[in-house]
Amino acid sequence: MIELSQVSRSFTVGDQQVAALRGIDLNIAAGDYVSIMGPSGSGKSTLLNLIGLLDRPSSGTYRLDGGDVTALTDEQQAKVRSEKVGFVFQAFHLVPRLTAAMNIELPLVLAGISPAERKIRVAQLLENYGLTDRADHRPDQLSGGQRQRVAIARATSMHPAVLLADEPTGNLDQATGKEVMNLLEQLVAQQVTLIVVTHDPAIGGRAKRQVRMVDGQITGEAGRSAGA
Amino acid sequence: MLFPDLIRLTTSSFLSYRVRSFLTGLGIAVGIAAVILLTSIGEGLHQFVLAEFSQFGTNLIGIQPGKKQTHGASVGMLGSVRPLSIEDAEALRRLPYVEYISPSVTGNAKVRAGGKTRRTIVSGVGPEMPQALRMYVQTGSFLPDDDPTQARAFVVLGAKIRQELFAGQNPLGSYLRVGGQRYRVIGVMEPKGQVLGFDLDDTVYIPAARAMELFNRAGLMEIHVTYRPSAELEQVEAGIRGILTARHGSEDFTLVPQEKALEVLGSVLDVITFAVGALGGISLLVGGVGILTIMTMAVTERTSEIGLLRALGARERQVLALFLGEAMLLSALGGLAGLALGVGIAQGLHLLFPALPVHTPWLFAVLAELSAVTIGLAAGVAPAMRAARLDPVEALHAE
Ligand SMILES: Nc1ncnc2c1ncn2[C@@H]1O[C@H](COP(=O)(O)OP(=O)(O)OP(=O)(O)O)[C@@H](O)[C@H]1O
Ligand SMILES: [Mg+2]
Repeated sequence: MIELSQVSRSFTVGDQQVAALRGIDLNIAAGDYVSIMGPSGSGKSTLLNLIGLLDRPSSGTYRLDGGDVTALTDEQQAKVRSEKVGFVFQAFHLVPRLTAAMNIELPLVLAGISPAERKIRVAQLLENYGLTDRADHRPDQLSGGQRQRVAIARATSMHPAVLLADEPTGNLDQATGKEVMNLLEQLVAQQVTLIVVTHDPAIGGRAKRQVRMVDGQITGEAGRSAGA
Repeated sequence: MLFPDLIRLTTSSFLSYRVRSFLTGLGIAVGIAAVILLTSIGEGLHQFVLAEFSQFGTNLIGIQPGKKQTHGASVGMLGSVRPLSIEDAEALRRLPYVEYISPSVTGNAKVRAGGKTRRTIVSGVGPEMPQALRMYVQTGSFLPDDDPTQARAFVVLGAKIRQELFAGQNPLGSYLRVGGQRYRVIGVMEPKGQVLGFDLDDTVYIPAARAMELFNRAGLMEIHVTYRPSAELEQVEAGIRGILTARHGSEDFTLVPQEKALEVLGSVLDVITFAVGALGGISLLVGGVGILTIMTMAVTERTSEIGLLRALGARERQVLALFLGEAMLLSALGGLAGLALGVGIAQGLHLLFPALPVHTPWLFAVLAELSAVTIGLAAGVAPAMRAARLDPVEALHAE
């Protein structure tokens, strides 16, 4: 469903060109579970942002669900993000003044879904992620693990086909991180395509496909041995 | 995004910065309060002055000797100016729509009664003066309908003169000396009070012909003509012009319709109200700058939140709407508070100083609120556009 061919992305810093991605070729099928690992600055986040249509390649083509999305307008990109992509970030990125329930509801609100429908979906998500009794708490009243659960609930509220997680466990302790990974992996079972960027080999190793990046290029890919 | 959700989201950010929102709203509130207060006083004054002027009625035309051009200069060279005579006034009775006619000669003279002497305004008028100028007799009667050129020596007293010269007695039938001639008192006017600084009660009324003699004048100073409300002003003016021009051989007089004078006065007062309102508007601009500052800060502070919204699928114009909505909410609430404040202060001033007329027309309140919202919108545009145009990835990583 995700087809990147010869995708490059470079940034202009001062009068210098910084190549963050160089000729990336990557195909990811629907329902795949992919981890991306590599040293800092190797272009992992940049790649994830491109896949999530938050950014555009400098060259190369990106096809999503068979259609070329490289040349979409901002407006069309926003629509695709809204309907097909969910993001989970290291820093949670919850809106501090909104309650857990309202944070989860945000993508539905932006998409113009009716309040009645929203209510049902939010209640279901709160229950799925064990947050029902935290519904009216604001982010600063929640633990790190709870915050990331709110973020995952929010990312899935529009039933996206692709879930992009950029170091989702980076701000969490080992046990909580594992718990969060379990939640994300449950989504793979529901045919969601999951792409996780991580520095932690233990976490990256859980993915079915493990992509390695160095210096803006994919240097190798390993698969999890069956039954491991 | 549905409209109620837009309101809910903007309200949430408004509420999370209570003190700051309050202070920003206050900037607009003070501006609106100033506009409302100043225009309320301006409008109160407007109505007060118009009421003063129109108490003699609005279907009144004054005729004055001498032709005034629009720029006000008398055209003396184009021919001699014939004085307006009592016969001229009487001739106007032929016009069908004319109701009352009163000639007028006014001056200052000594009056004496019962050993007391006083200087006062002596007004030479016709018997129809009360109806023409809506000033009514309290006791006795007004000047009788004598032959206007040989009217008898009767006098009607203003309320104040009666009080000062005939305190505690019935003046009717007594004699009053006006400039050396004896007049019999036949009536006393209702107290009228001050009109634009002139004390109408400090006046005595005698027949016009006698006043001309007293002041040694060849003609009248003015003829007051009232016409039926159903008649067109132009028609009445044309009729008067026709008769007087025929009698004088040329148009050597000027018609001063009260209706037009009120119109001119009204527009002058409107300009004054507008000018004081604009003065208040300056403080409203200051409030607008406050909103601009706060919204610029808000965009900077919430940059990563804007990035998040974009990642969650928000379109540029949704981000624009959220920030514009916030600016407008601030200014709309500030505006409402300002309205309450302005009307409150205006009414409070009126209670403290009853002589100060205040009036807040609904239209002003609505316009003030609209301008508050417009200012909020204008102040919010630049920061909101900046928010909408932020690069989502960079915004997400802003701290
Ligand atoms: N907006 C930008 N402007 C300039 N250079 C950028 C920008 N974003 C990324 N880069 C550069 O692109 C390269 C890749 O950055 P990226 O954030 O994708 O790395 P990463 O693999 O996610 O690193 P980390 O593991 O530290 O998060 C880096 O050299 C970075 O400096
Ligand atoms: Mg990164």
